[in-house]
Amino acid sequence: MSGAQTKPFSRAWLLDPAPASRGQARLGQAYLGWLKLARNPLAVIGLAIVVALVAMAAAAPLLATHDPLAQSLQTRLLPPLSPGHWLGTDEFGRDIWSRLVYGARVTLYIVALVTVTAPVFGLLVGVVAGYFGGWVDTLLMRLTDIFLAFPRLILALAFVAALGPGIGNAVLAIALTAWPPYARVARAETLTVRGADYIAAVRLQGAGSGRILLSHVAPMCVPSVIVRVTLDMAGIILTAAGLGFLGLGAQPPLPEWGLMISSGRKFLFEQWWVATMPGLAIFIVSLGFNLLGDGLRDVLDPRSASK
Amino acid sequence: MAAGRMAGGAGAARDLLFRAAAVTGQLAATFLGLLAVTFVIGRVIPIDPVLAIVGERATEAQYEAAKEALGLNEGILTQFAIYVRDALSGDFGTSLLTANPVLEDVARVFPATLELATIATIIGVALGVPAGVVAATKPGGLTDQIVRLVGLMGYSMPVFWLGLMGLLVFYGQLGWVGGPGRLDTTYEFMFELDVTPVTGAILIDTALAGAWDIFLNALSHIVLPASVLGYYSMAYISRMTRSFMLEQLSQEYVATARVKGMPEWRVVWVHALGNVMVPLVTVIALSYATLLEGSVLTETVFAWPGLGLYITNALFSADMAAVMGGTIVVGAVFIFLNMTSDLLYRFFDPRARG
Repeated sequence: MSGAQTKPFSRAWLLDPAPASRGQARLGQAYLGWLKLARNPLAVIGLAIVVALVAMAAAAPLLATHDPLAQSLQTRLLPPLSPGHWLGTDEFGRDIWSRLVYGARVTLYIVALVTVTAPVFGLLVGVVAGYFGGWVDTLLMRLTDIFLAFPRLILALAFVAALGPGIGNAVLAIALTAWPPYARVARAETLTVRGADYIAAVRLQGAGSGRILLSHVAPMCVPSVIVRVTLDMAGIILTAAGLGFLGLGAQPPLPEWGLMISSGRKFLFEQWWVATMPGLAIFIVSLGFNLLGDGLRDVLDPRSASK
Repeated sequence: MAAGRMAGGAGAARDLLFRAAAVTGQLAATFLGLLAVTFVIGRVIPIDPVLAIVGERATEAQYEAAKEALGLNEGILTQFAIYVRDALSGDFGTSLLTANPVLEDVARVFPATLELATIATIIGVALGVPAGVVAATKPGGLTDQIVRLVGLMGYSMPVFWLGLMGLLVFYGQLGWVGGPGRLDTTYEFMFELDVTPVTGAILIDTALAGAWDIFLNALSHIVLPASVLGYYSMAYISRMTRSFMLEQLSQEYVATARVKGMPEWRVVWVHALGNVMVPLVTVIALSYATLLEGSVLTETVFAWPGLGLYITNALFSADMAAVMGGTIVVGAVFIFLNMTSDLLYRFFDPRARG
C-alpha cells in the first residue's frame, strides 16, 4: 500500500512510512509529536491553559461583563459573588473579572514581544559564535557569560530605572536580560551540525556564510530554542508581573495582573480578593506554560525523554 | 605505576592552580563587564546628572563647574576609567535620598538581606535535601509526586504574591507570626536602647546582648519572609537532589553494597548521599545567590529594611547612584558566589578538572 492511495490528511496518510512529498513527511512528523504530547496528561492540561489564555485575550470584549476601566464609586470593594461582579470589585469599583480578562491581553502582549526578540537575538549570537569559532566565538561567549552572570531581575530593574517605567521599557529590559541562555543553546546545537556532511556539501555548491547560517544551521537549532522559550515563558510572566508590582512595568489604569496585586496590597487584610484574584491568574497561566514546556521538551528533545 | 600516579597528583595540583588563576581572570573580566553595563545604563538615563546636583536655578558657570567636577567633560573612555577606579576603591557616589556615601548605606542594609537569605537557605536545605533523597529512592512514589508538585508550584507562583498570601493567612487571620518589618514598634525602641549592633543581623545581635524577648519578637517577624523565600530554595534544591541521587543509585557501587548486605538506609544516606554532596554544594550556592535577587520583591512585601528595599526606594526617588551602587554590590556577590561554587566543584570532584 503506497502513500498515493491513502486519503490525504487521514491518520494512515500522516503515519505513512513512505511519504510521497516533503509536506506529507513534515505533517506526519508533527502528528507523531502531537500523539506523544497527547499521551502526557499534564502537558495536555498545560496546553489547555495556554489555549484558554489566548482565547480569553482574543474574546475579551465578549467574556468581560463590564468595562475594565469604568469606575463606579457606589460599587467599590464588593466581595466576590456579589450580584453582577462574581469576582468582586476593586477600590475604584472596577469589575475584577473583566480586568483579569483584559489583563490576559497585556500578559500575552508582553510574552509575545519578548519571545520574538530575545530568542531571535540569542539564536543569531549563538549560531554565529558556534559556526565561526575562534576569536568570534570567544568574544561573543564572554559577552554572553557576563550577561548570564547577572541577577536578572536586578538588571531589569536597573534598565527600567534608566529608561523610565512603562510596559515597553519593561519588555525591553526583560528581553535584554533573557537572551543569553538561547545563545548558549544555539551555539551548542551549531557545534554539533557545523562539521556535518550536508553543510560541507552546501559550502561546496558555493553557498556563502550568511546563506549557510540562516537556511542550514539556524533551522537545526530552532527546536531546542523553542523548548527553552516555552520553559522560560513562566519566568517572563513572573518577571513582568514583578516589575508591574514594583510599579516599574505597566502603569495604571492598565489591567496588568502584577499591578493589580500591588494596588490590592493596601486592602489586603480587609478586602483580600483584590490582591488574591490576579495572583491566582498569574499562577495558573505560569503553571500552564511550565506543564506545556515540560511536555514539549519530552517530545522535541529525545535525549531528555522521561526516565 | 606508583610514580605515574604521583606525577598525576602533582599535575592535578598544578592544573587546579591554573584553573584558579583562570577563574580569577574570568571573575575580573565579568566584574569589569558588570561595571561596563551599569556605566552604559548610567549614561542613557534621561535625567541630567549635573542638573540634579546644581538645581534648575544654577548659573551657566556653576553648571559648567559641576560638570567639570563630575568629569563629564572628559572622553567616554576616560570617564569609564574613572568610573572603574572609583568603583574599585569603593566609591559609588553619594545617595541623594540619605545623603550618605552609597557604600555606607549598602553596608548598613546588607546584613538584613543576608540574614533573611541565610535563614531561607537553611530552611531550603533542611527540607529540600531529605525530600529529594526520599523522592529518588522511590521514583513515582508519593514523596516523588509531592516534590514534583512543590517544584512546579514554586516555578509558577509570583514570590510577592505568595508573601502577601502568607501575611493574609498567618498574620492577618491566624496571628501566628509578626507582621511586616523586623520588629514590632515597641520592640524597636527597646532594641535601640538595649542592643548594640555588632553584626547587623538582628537575631545574632539580640542573642549576644541576651535580650531574649527582642530575639523572640525578631524571630516571629523573620519566620514568614524566610519561609516564603525558603520555599523557592527548597523547590530547587529538592529537585536537583532528586536527579543527582537517581544518577548515583543506578551506579554499580550501589548494587555492590546492596549485594554485600549493607542496610538500605546506609546505602542511600551514607554512600550515595556522600557522593551527591559535591554537586549539591554548588546548587546550594546558586540558590543562595538567587535568593539575594528574590529578596528585592520579598523585602518590598514585608517592609524588610534590606538591600532590595533600599534599591527599590532609591528607584522611586530617581536616586541613580544608590540604584547603581546596590546593583553592583548584588551583581558582585552573585558573580562571586557563582565562581566560588564552580571552583568548589572542581576542587572536590577530580573528574571535573579536565
